[in-house]
This record gives sequence, C-alpha cells and structure tokens, in this order.
Amino acid sequence: MSDLRELYQQLILDHSKKPRNFRTLEGANRTAEGHNPLCGDEITLYLQVEDDVIRGIGFQGSGCAISRASASMMTDSVKGKTRAEAQRLFERFHDLVTGETDEGGDPVDLGKLAVFSGVKEFPVRVKCAILSWHTLRAALEGKGETVSTE
Amino acid sequence: MIRAGGAMTARSRGGRSPAFEVERIRQDFPVLGEKIRGKPLVYLDNAATSQKPHVVIDTIRQFLSTYNSNVHRGVHQLSERATEAYEQARTRVQGFINAAESREIIFVRGTTEAINLVAQSYGRTHIGTGDEIVISAMEHHSNIVPWQILCEQTGAVLRVVPINDDGEMLLDEYVTLLTPRTRLVAVAHVSNALGTINPVREVIRLARRQGVPVLVDGAQAVPHLKVDVRELDCDFYAFSGHKVFGPTGIGVLYGRARLLEAMPPYQGGGDMIKSVTFAKTVYNDLPFKFEAGTPHIGGVIGLGAALDYLDGVGLDRVTAYEDELLVHATEALSAIPGVRIIGTAKEKASVVSFVVDGVHAHDIGTVLDHEGIAIRAGHHCAMPVMQRFGVPATARASLAFYNTREEVDALVRGIHKVIEMFV
Ligand SMILES: Cc1ncc(COP(=O)(O)O)c(C=O)c1O
Repeated sequence: MSDLRELYQQLILDHSKKPRNFRTLEGANRTAEGHNPLCGDEITLYLQVEDDVIRGIGFQGSGCAISRASASMMTDSVKGKTRAEAQRLFERFHDLVTGETDEGGDPVDLGKLAVFSGVKEFPVRVKCAILSWHTLRAALEGKGETVSTE
Repeated sequence: MIRAGGAMTARSRGGRSPAFEVERIRQDFPVLGEKIRGKPLVYLDNAATSQKPHVVIDTIRQFLSTYNSNVHRGVHQLSERATEAYEQARTRVQGFINAAESREIIFVRGTTEAINLVAQSYGRTHIGTGDEIVISAMEHHSNIVPWQILCEQTGAVLRVVPINDDGEMLLDEYVTLLTPRTRLVAVAHVSNALGTINPVREVIRLARRQGVPVLVDGAQAVPHLKVDVRELDCDFYAFSGHKVFGPTGIGVLYGRARLLEAMPPYQGGGDMIKSVTFAKTVYNDLPFKFEAGTPHIGGVIGLGAALDYLDGVGLDRVTAYEDELLVHATEALSAIPGVRIIGTAKEKASVVSFVVDGVHAHDIGTVLDHEGIAIRAGHHCAMPVMQRFGVPATARASLAFYNTREEVDALVRGIHKVIEMFV
C-alpha cells in the first residue's frame, strides 16, 4: 500500500473529494474542453484573461481522482499568473509527472504541485494528471477545439 | 451462464462442483503462478484476453523450432508438415463449432478483421442506398464501426436495437426494426461490457424468416459456451483466438459456403489466386480466396491446440463451473455498500461490470493492481453502452474457468480497500 500512497497523497485525495474552483465562470473569455479517451475523463475549463494575466479560472467535468485533483490544483496554482508563467509551470509539471526532470533547467517552484511526483511511477496515469494542463494551454492559445490526450 | 432466478440461488448454496479440479487446471497455465509486487496474480481480465496453457505454448514452440516453413507452396518436407498442421487446425475449428465443411472456416487476424471482411466483401456487393443494417445497442466498437464505414460507402442506414436497464436486448423492438429494407443483422452472442448472453437463436430465426442473413460476433461466447453454428443457423460467426486460450493475431470467420462462394475477395495477393495474367486473374477456391498472403501459421496451429485443450476440459463443465463463480461474484459484490453492478441480465456469462459510488473506475483499477488483481477499467470498447447506463466507465471483472472463489474474495477485499481510500 505504501507506494500507492505515493500516488494518492492525502492532498490529492482531498482535492479530488473537494475540488477547488469547480464551477463555470461568469465572464470567462476563454474556454476549452479536454478529453481522455482511455478513462473517459472530461473537463471544461473557463478562463478570464486580462492583460495577459489569468484573473479568473474554473472547471467542470468528471474524471478519476488524479485528473480531478490535478485540475483543482492547477486552477489554484495558475490564478494570477501571466500566460508565460503558466506555460513554464506546465512544462515543469510535465517533467515532474513524466519523470523527465532536467535538473539544470528552469528553477520554477512547483509548490504544492510537487505532490504529483508519485505519478511518474504509474505511466498509465500520466495522461490523467496532465489533461487539465493540456486543456489550459488550449484555452490560453485560444484554440476552440477539444484537446485529447490520445 | 445464469438461468432464471430460483435455480440460481439454489445452486449458489451448493458450492463448488466437486468434479471440477480447478487447482489442477491452474497448473496448466504458467502465468497464473506469477507474482505481482510480491502478491499472487489474480487475473480477472479474461474478456480482454485469456491466458495460455502449456500445450498452446509448446505447440507453437515446436512448430517454430522443428518444422517452421511456409504453407501451401513448398515442395519440401517441412512445408508439407506445416501445411498439414495448418489444415488440420482448420478441420479442428470446423469440428469445434460444428460447421458443415472445413472450407467454411476462414482464418483472419481476429473478430475485428472477420467483421470487416464481411462488411466489405458481402456488404459492398449486397447492401446499397437506403438499405438497413441492424445491430444492437450493446455491440463492441468492432461490430459498430465497420458497419458505419459501410453505410458511408453505400448510403445504407444503421438501425440499433435498444436494450433495457438490465442490459437485455428488446426483442419486440428488434422485430419492428426488421423491415423489407433490412439486408443484414449483426449481433454479439455475449456482450463484453455487460456479460449478457443474447437470444441469438431467436434473433437469427426472426431474421432468416424474411431471408435476412445474420452475423454473430462470438468473441465472448466461444470461451464460455458450446457454440454450434448449424444449430444456431447463422450465416457468419466470428471469434478471436486470443480470447479462447490461443494466441493473439489469429481469429476465425465462419461463413455459410453458399454466401462465401458468391462473395468477392477481401484482399488480393498470393495464395488467394489460381492463376494471374495481366489480362485476367482467376481466384482460388474457398477458403483460400479469403486468405491472401502468408497467414499466421503458428497462430493457427496454436489455436488448434487451444481448442483441443478446451475440449479436453469440457465446455459443459466450464459453463457450469463459471456459473457458480458468477453467482458468487454477483452476490459478494452486490453486498458491498456503494457497489452497483451494470448488466444484470437473466442470462449472463461470467463477466461482472460494476461501478462504485464516488470512485472512478480507473482508480479502482490502480488500487486493485496494487493487490495483484488485474481487472479492466474503462469503456470496454463499448462507449454506447456506457452512455446508455450514464456512466463514464466501469470496472469489469471477467472470469475464466481457471479462476477461483478465493480470487473473487480477494477482489471483494480489494474493493473494500478502494472504498476505504476514496470514500
Ligand atoms: C464482443 C467483442 N467483439 C469483438 C471484439 C474484438 O476482438 P479482437 O480485438 O480480438 O478483434 C471483442 C474484443 O474485445 C469483443 O469483446
């Protein structure tokens, strides 16, 4: 059970049971949808971007504990960030969950997002963790299409 | 398969059939001795693919190491041996499903290729604009998409027989969907997502009464039930070797000779011709007309060994034993608060799809995997079934005759752990 707890850290379970920013956003000026065909995870992301800064963010959808917690914590951590900052965070998060840490790289602090480090031991769950981030990028780039992790 | 209520409970009290020596049978399957993270493997994902007995592994090894060669072409002795073994396996399959002739057995890659073959070869010559193809709402994607492709190519229309909340096909609705425009019916014998055993004999009888041919997707039936294509009176029957304890990459299309003879080839190439000139090519006879190119020789020979093995165990005993396991699993899982079984048909094969309140199937799969228990979590290539039941995914335990009550109990303990963690 011990390495299972590495994946399902208390903070992750907590966010999956009580996701933050789990709502549609009045006044959103960007939205995007994400879909993970493997497990049927679906997410709709709402952004309010002003002067290149993410002022408001919310999400809706259904999915596994990892994808819900990841979406919840992603929304918390990019609120108030510029587009470029959010993009850098995504890259660091991607490296974290895929295990491709490049040590000398960008010293962006992942903060609480570091609890997802256990995901790299579960290759089939990487897509769950990263779905909301792909959706964020699609929303920021203003692509109106559904992103898929396939 | 479970048959109606009363008998089921009576039987469930009876315990394991003394005649069925599951522990001895397990010795035939080397993978069942594996450990997963130090725990004994509990393999409950048989509907995805089944495990292979020693005899299948050894038969393939023997082919590859002592008489590997191509079939139907060499004049040398190895090729003669390979050809003989290959054709013996065809006769084996013929006997196993009681086909009238061995030329009605076409070797293909699997159920998927068998259905695509019928859709393209039979479908494109017999089905046109405004014609109708009838399938059920519980089909695997491989018995949906080939027909959608055909509809796009020909302007035909797909009609879907609805199912009830237990996951049973609505025969009354089926009857009304059989119209003068119906050109083909294609249904699963057993649903991989729900476990339902469809009343295929009745489905076939009703269709044939008005001259409509029927394809049966038998991928999930052949491992659990005795199949007799002549008794069923079906026109096409498809199944996959890997789900009946044989290798991947090999499957069977049974077709009524009269229909197969009139059908154009599916693929062109070597082996499927009698003579080729640039002016005219003469196609080979059945079954070779449909087996272009070098086939999966080892796969065919291995499949023959798997069917021999299954015959040795005895499908009647397999069905009876699996019934007991299914009753036990159904009762034990339903007794867990928050667990709901999806697919509660009166007649079922040993497949249990379920959801747990507040927990996504994928998380169930990950936690169970940590207990060494392999199940499937997802949509089971039957997304319309998930939509019908309003769930994004289910967890599915699919049992084979080498599974035990103790393994079902391990599953139940695992699900308690899941609930402890997430709820
Ligand atoms: C009912 C059913 N039909 C068709 C298939 C497709 O079989 P294959 O992937 O071996 O071609 C499956 C396999 O999952 C199945 O369960």
